Amino acid sequence: MYVIVAGGGKVGANVARSLLRIGQEVTLIEQRRDRFERLEEEFEHQVQRGDATELFVLERAGITRPPDILLALTGDDEDNMVICQIAKEKYLVPKVIARVNDPRNQAHFDLLGISPTICATASIMALVEHEVPEHDLIHLLELRKENLEIVEVQIDKDSPVAGKRVEALSLPEGSRLISVMRNGAAEIAVGATTLQAGDQVLAILEPGKEDELRRVLLNR
Amino acid sequence: MKALVIGCGRVGSTIALNLHAEDWDVTVVDEKEDALSRLGQNWPGAFVVGHGMDTDLLREAGIEDADAVVVCTDGDNTNIVIGQVAQKRFDIGCVVVRLLDPARAAFYASRGMRIVNPTSTAINELMQTVRSCDVPRVEVL
Repeated sequence: MYVIVAGGGKVGANVARSLLRIGQEVTLIEQRRDRFERLEEEFEHQVQRGDATELFVLERAGITRPPDILLALTGDDEDNMVICQIAKEKYLVPKVIARVNDPRNQAHFDLLGISPTICATASIMALVEHEVPEHDLIHLLELRKENLEIVEVQIDKDSPVAGKRVEALSLPEGSRLISVMRNGAAEIAVGATTLQAGDQVLAILEPGKEDELRRVLLNR
Repeated sequence: MKALVIGCGRVGSTIALNLHAEDWDVTVVDEKEDALSRLGQNWPGAFVVGHGMDTDLLREAGIEDADAVVVCTDGDNTNIVIGQVAQKRFDIGCVVVRLLDPARAAFYASRGMRIVNPTSTAINELMQTVRSCDVPRVEVL
């Protein structure tokens, strides 16, 4: 597999190193001279110096082959967006993955159809939210393309659904319960599954239906 | 007619002043408050300090009622993104984007953006001027 990595900072260099270790062909692109010189000692001909938003730099790195994957991992969101657009639409790279530095720019990546994206801040926040107990509904996964999301809900003793079977619930349209975690073991939620206080339930739903789901499961 | 000018450097500030002189209602956006001084002592239009990538700031600057958006910050990639946000998210019919790199300018122009590329304009002008000089031709034998 051939991979172009744009951006040779901590993220880009480590990804490039990991890819090489598993035997993939990699070209890393770094603009800054000081960084490039340090990287060149390690990556030799596999790192090139230049601005990865310049077409000739991408072409020199072999984007016309095209690579199987392009990773836009620079520290600048505008650069990452432009690199991905050019790679996808001009050079028909089949898969691009972009790093989002400022989570406020996520909407711009979505608007420009750049997916998948990875944002360290958003991932950390999701993990922190997971630890906040009073948070009724925890967002676990957003499936942007499908317009669905997976959330976790903790059923407590005051919940109106504790003791009820899944088939008896009137869940919001476009939502389903996936699984129930009880005493450390998970089982797939079926019609006959009876919910109990303390259950951690995974549900899949359309974004925007969270309040309805919360009302049904927790009456809050 | 309402215009938003994003980036108040040499180009943006002059465009803002010219549009104002042509009776446009102009709002200028720039990251630096100092840039306001480029608009002269009594700039009668609005001036908003902030980054053009910030959607809330664009709303505050009135992008939703803008008839035209001119994007000319000093970063090509920033301009490309802001231009597309104005076009796609806010559905502005007239979005004009300044890009210095001819290669990116050609690509985004082919995708339907209104791009102005001063570099290729300068190249053409320079070539024409050189050609117009009265230099005696050397006969090649």
